[in-house]
Amino acid sequence: MHDFVFPAVSLPESASLLRQQVRDFLKKERDAGTFTPRKNSWSDGDAEFSRKCGQAGYIGMVWPKKYGGQERTALDRYVMTEEMLAGGAPVGAHWVADRQSGNQILRHGSERARQLILPQIAAGECFFAIGMSEPDSGSDLAAVRTSAVKAEGGWKITGTKVWTSSAHRAHYLIALVRTAPKEENRHAGMTQFIVDLKSPGLKLSPILNIYGAHDWNEVVFDECFVPDDMVVGEVGGGWNMVTSELAFERSGPDRFLSTYQLLLASMEQLAEKPDARSVNEIGRFVAHLTTLRRMSTSVAGMLTKGEKPILEAALVKDIGTAFEREIPEIFRQLIPSEPLMDNESLDFDALLGMSTLKAPGFTIRGGTREILRGMIAKGLGLR
Amino acid sequence: MSDIRDDLEKTVDRICEEHCLKEVFMSSEAGVWPQALWQALEEVGLPQACLNEAQGGSGLSFEDAMFVLRRSAYHAAPVPLAETFLASRLLSAAGLKVPEGVLSVSVSHAKDSLELNGSQSIPTLSGHAHRIPWGLSCDHLVVVAHRDEQPYVVLIEREALAQSRSELVKNLAGEPRVQFDFTNAPIIAFAPLADAQERLLCEGALMRSVQMAGALQRSLGYSLQYANDRVQFGRPIGKFQAVQHMLAVLAGHVAASAAAADAAIELSSEAPEPFFVAVAKSRVGEAAGKGAEIAHQVHGAMGFTREHNLHHLTRRLWSWRDEFGNETHWQTRIGEMALKQGADNLWPFLTRL
Repeated sequence: MHDFVFPAVSLPESASLLRQQVRDFLKKERDAGTFTPRKNSWSDGDAEFSRKCGQAGYIGMVWPKKYGGQERTALDRYVMTEEMLAGGAPVGAHWVADRQSGNQILRHGSERARQLILPQIAAGECFFAIGMSEPDSGSDLAAVRTSAVKAEGGWKITGTKVWTSSAHRAHYLIALVRTAPKEENRHAGMTQFIVDLKSPGLKLSPILNIYGAHDWNEVVFDECFVPDDMVVGEVGGGWNMVTSELAFERSGPDRFLSTYQLLLASMEQLAEKPDARSVNEIGRFVAHLTTLRRMSTSVAGMLTKGEKPILEAALVKDIGTAFEREIPEIFRQLIPSEPLMDNESLDFDALLGMSTLKAPGFTIRGGTREILRGMIAKGLGLR
Repeated sequence: MSDIRDDLEKTVDRICEEHCLKEVFMSSEAGVWPQALWQALEEVGLPQACLNEAQGGSGLSFEDAMFVLRRSAYHAAPVPLAETFLASRLLSAAGLKVPEGVLSVSVSHAKDSLELNGSQSIPTLSGHAHRIPWGLSCDHLVVVAHRDEQPYVVLIEREALAQSRSELVKNLAGEPRVQFDFTNAPIIAFAPLADAQERLLCEGALMRSVQMAGALQRSLGYSLQYANDRVQFGRPIGKFQAVQHMLAVLAGHVAASAAAADAAIELSSEAPEPFFVAVAKSRVGEAAGKGAEIAHQVHGAMGFTREHNLHHLTRRLWSWRDEFGNETHWQTRIGEMALKQGADNLWPFLTRL
């Protein structure tokens, strides 16, 4: 039986200093009108803001200095990310590159890829998209059909990726592609490639989401050439890389703070004359948030020590995404409001409306709730 | 796990596996004090785990004592270990000597109205005390009573309890809860303690949270075992996605409970930390109800029988979540704290430690 322990993490002195630095940085940018809090979650981006984050040293913080990093600890980076999210900063443009793509390139990329790409990411000038899903491959990633064949000095990729977030705004895409026909082991024969989104043989078309925004894309590869040194890791070793990457990105503060700005906006709405039920619900959310933060920081501490808290990380995402989905559902009952579809307005009706419209994605992106629960069940020893 | 925790776990497991037997649960619910179980705990000094060495304690840390409590609740041990801990800590906080033996405290002060009266050097106690755990089995009872509107920690002996008017009821787990009506009952010690009520309420909430975390963990263990063993439609029911997903949700509640209880314990070794205790009681209390529901659903009819052990845990979860303040009580406190801070200060407040 699994005995759950989430040990306390004592943050280093450097992290407390950093926390204050990030708060000062955000205050300065807010005062300068760069962004307005209460509106953003980590899926909202602003390239100019990302450049400023890069200049301030808030991207690729844990990477070696020779690749543009700061050589700071993972706990420092954790504190920076939670401050950005709690502060409602528009970090969406560089989020994927900082959270996962850059780390993959650092760990598994060629030396040329590291030297070429990592400093640009760290400068806040290079953004990434993730090409995993396909028309016939969503939760069942092993069903990918996009394939690459060997060519002189590289590979030629043909196939289609869908739901590719921000591909039209990003510079690169890391694509999971079949490089050998499907065998008995469905997970073998898959490889990850860094694809320059300006390459010939690529066609992007928008896939609009339920509120009409262009975030997703369909990316069609037609013999798109990728040089050998843009292969990530071993040819055929893509599956293990993807699954370990997912384990790392499951337990961060982005898995429970997506509607934190709405919680704050709701508190502001209710502050003057809070009724008993509202006080009670706010208290319940704060209790859940406090507990999630304890779990998430604890997992970050375990990862720093080189442990592999895969089950704990999956639980953080399952509970965390349920929490962030519940916030608009509860406050709509407490604050009389007719929600609006308007991604620009700061009106409470619009904040509530957009959270409601975005919420279905929380329990789908990065591995659906159902896939996650299946993994948790296996981790618990269900045979 | 540290060596000391490992030893404590083994010790509690050994004692409970030997003494928390079906017949012990049954006789305990029928009103028989489980003397052998308590004596086994006494022999290794566990009821004194909250005392320092000068007071005759075993020199365990508060965190170790809470670990023992959690593990005893994992076994649903039908003894007032939490109450003995609470009484000892309240007496110590008031500077009073902690007597040996079984101790209990007033659980829920909301309906209590206890007054110290008389002008002699040792006053007497009058008023109503609500649902005292093991009130007729304990050697001493500790209550909070008032004199001239000042709160006092008061120690009462077994004889005084036996001579007072009392009514025995049972909580959902069949544990004895005793209502006392005291009329000038003799007491043996008293001392003023300004925050006695609040301290007892918070510390009681913390200990019930710890107990619920332990009982939830065992409920998950039973559920996983049952899902792997029980075969229907030609395979273990744990193979069905519907069952797997319920168990994943239960695991989330168990994990969150452990995290919430630990966070509160770490900050409460001297005195209970009100915010984190409130978070623990409300979060774990919520997990108790939702978790017990899933554990029963997975066990089907079998878990609804007297024969299976699951109900020893779930009936305690349903009792403990309402003792020392239910979720609404503690959520309201947190909500008030959060609104008082204001939206802009909430994050600095949550990250202050």
